[in-house]
Amino acid sequence: MDLGEINPVLLVASLMVAATPLLLAAIGELVVEKAGVLNLGVEGMMIVGAISGFATSVETGSPWLGFLAAAVGGAVLSLLFVLLTQVALANQVASGLALTLFGLGFSALLGQGYVGVKPPSMGEIHIPVISDIPVIGPILFQHDPILYVGIALTAAVWAVLKYTRAGLVLRAVGENHDAAHALGYKVIKIRIMAIMFGGACAGLGGAYISLIRVPQWTEGMTAGVGWIALALVVFASWKPWRALLGAYLFGGITVLQLNLQAAGVAIPVEYLAMSPYIITILVLVILSADKSSAPASLGRIFHASH
Amino acid sequence: MIVLEKRPQPSKAWSYATPLVAVLATMVFGGILFTILGKNPIEAIGTIFWEPLFGEFAFYYRPQLLVKGAPLVLIAIGLSLGFRAGIWNIGAEGQYIMGAIFGAGAGLAFYPIDAFYVFPIMVLAGAFGGWLWASIPAFLKVRFGTNEILVSLMLVYVAEQMLASVSLGLLKNPEGFGFPGSRNLQSYDAAHNAELISGSGMHWGVVTALIAVIFAYVLLNRHMLGFHIRLTGEAPRAAKFAGVNPARLILFCLGLSGALAGLAGMFEVSGPSGVVSIDFNVGYGFTAIIVAFLGRLHPVGILLAGGLMALTYIGGEIAQSQLGLPAAAIQVFQGMLLFFLLAFDLLTNYRIRAARSEVA
Repeated sequence: MDLGEINPVLLVASLMVAATPLLLAAIGELVVEKAGVLNLGVEGMMIVGAISGFATSVETGSPWLGFLAAAVGGAVLSLLFVLLTQVALANQVASGLALTLFGLGFSALLGQGYVGVKPPSMGEIHIPVISDIPVIGPILFQHDPILYVGIALTAAVWAVLKYTRAGLVLRAVGENHDAAHALGYKVIKIRIMAIMFGGACAGLGGAYISLIRVPQWTEGMTAGVGWIALALVVFASWKPWRALLGAYLFGGITVLQLNLQAAGVAIPVEYLAMSPYIITILVLVILSADKSSAPASLGRIFHASH
Repeated sequence: MIVLEKRPQPSKAWSYATPLVAVLATMVFGGILFTILGKNPIEAIGTIFWEPLFGEFAFYYRPQLLVKGAPLVLIAIGLSLGFRAGIWNIGAEGQYIMGAIFGAGAGLAFYPIDAFYVFPIMVLAGAFGGWLWASIPAFLKVRFGTNEILVSLMLVYVAEQMLASVSLGLLKNPEGFGFPGSRNLQSYDAAHNAELISGSGMHWGVVTALIAVIFAYVLLNRHMLGFHIRLTGEAPRAAKFAGVNPARLILFCLGLSGALAGLAGMFEVSGPSGVVSIDFNVGYGFTAIIVAFLGRLHPVGILLAGGLMALTYIGGEIAQSQLGLPAAAIQVFQGMLLFFLLAFDLLTNYRIRAARSEVA
C-alpha cells in the first residue's frame, strides 16, 4: 500500500472526467422532472447512447459525430417513453423501468460487433499558456471538449429555468399541470420536448463513458450511473448548480475508490467498489427529509378532459 | 380527430385481453426484429414458443419450464403486492443474491454434517437474507422518507459486490484448486434441493412458488391486509380514512417481497445452480418485474406470465444454439413485451372515440 502514489492534481482532474457522465444525465433528468415527469429510464437511455455513440464514431472515425448520434439515440429511445406516458397515459414508474430493461437488451444487441474495438480519440483541448499553468492547468484546462459542454449545459439550464419565459412555462407545467393547461399552455407538447431533451442528455452521458472515460464498449457498462444520476437530482433539490456539485462529489468518490484499489489499500476491492452505491444511499437518506422543492406534479398523469 | 375518454370503471374485458394483445404484438415486432437480424421470423418465433413445449426434445425442455418459471413466479408474486400499493421494490435481483448467499452460507456452515435440519435452516436463512436486504429500503422509507426505488436498486449493485466477495473469499471452496466459487451444494445431500420427482423439474422452489400463488390469492381476496394493499393503490386518500397504517404496509410489502426473492435465490443456489459464483445471478429479479405486470399483478395471472416468460428463456436458448439468434435479442424481446403491455393498457382505462366537431 502506498498512498503517496496518488497524485492529488491527477485525482482532481480525473474526478471531473468521472463526474461528467453523471452531470450530463442528471441535468437532463432535472429538466424532465421540472416539467413534472419522472423518467426512470435514464440508465436505459444512457446505455443506448453509449453504444450508438460508440458505433457511430468507430464507423465514421469522428467522435463528434459519435456524440451527435448518442444524443439522437437517447432522444429516440425517450420517444418510446413519450409514447407510453404521454400518449398511452401509462404509469411513469413502470414505463421508465420498461425503458431501462429494453435499453439494456437493445444496446447489447447493437454492440455485439464492437466488443474489444478501440474508438477514435477526441483529444484534449490545449490552450497555450493557460493549459500549462502548474496545478490549475491540468485540473481545469486540459480536458476533452465534452466536459466543458457539460458545464456549459448546466449554466444554460440554470439560466433558462431562472430567467426566461420558456423556463417559467416549463416550471409551471411541472408544478401544476391543470393550471398551466387552463392558461393555454400545451402541457403534453412541453413535456415531450423536456423528455426528449433529457433523453439526448442521457445519451451524451452514456457516450462520454464509452468514448472518453473508459473508452471501449462492454455490455451494461453504465453500471448504475443512470440510477445514481436520478438520485443526484433529488440530492440537488432540482437545482442545476447543486447537481454539478453533487456530480463532482460522486465523481470524487468513484475516482478515490479506484485510486485506493490501485494503491492496494487493505480494504478488499469489492467493498471499495460498492462504496459509491452505499454513499448514494446515505446521501439520499440525509436529504430526503426535505421534499418541499420537488415539482408538485411530479409523476402525475395529465389527461385533458375538456 | 381521435380523443380518449376515461372509462368510469376499468374495462374487465380489456384487462384480460391486453396481455394477449401485447404478446401478439411482441411476436409481430419481434419477428420484424429477427428479420432485420437475418433470421426467418416464423422459424424463430416457432422455435421460441413451440419447440420447448412440443418439439422433438420437449421431454428435456418441459422440466426446464418449472426450473426457470419458479423463481420468476416467486419473485413476481412478492413484487406484485407492493406494486399494487404503490410500493416499488425494483431491487429483487439484490434480494435474490442475498438469499442465495445466506442460504448457501448456512448450508456450508454445517458441511459435511448430514442431517435433516440442514435444508430447513437454509430455507429460513435464505428468506431471512432477502428479507433483510429489502428491509433496508423499507426502514429508510418509513423512518426518513427515502425513495425506495433508488435505494433498493443501489442495493443490487452492493449485493453483486458482496457476491463477488464471498465467491472469492468467505464461501470459496477450500478444495476448489483456487478457482472462485463455493462447494457444489448438489453434491452435499443434506443441502441439495433435489428434484422431488426425478426428471420432472419439480423441486422445493416450484412447490413454494405454487404455495405463494395461493397465499397471495387468499391474502388479496379474503384478508383485511390484502384489502388495505389494494385500497392504498387505488385510492390512497380513502385508505387513510380507513385507518391503513402506511408504515406497516411498506414494511410488510417490501419485507415479504424480499423474503420471497431470497427464497428464490436460495432454491436456485441449492438446486439448479449448485454453486455460489460471481455470475450466479442472471437477471430473474428484473425479469420478474415484467412477469408481475404481464400477470396484471394478479396471482393467477403471474403464474401464467411466469410460465410464458420461462418459455421465452428456454426457447431463446434453443434459438440461440439452433439459429444463432443473439442472447440479447431475447432480452429485447422480453423488454418489448412490457412496452406493449403498458401501451395497450390504455384500452383498459380509456375509451378511444372519434371526436365530433363541437362548439368550444
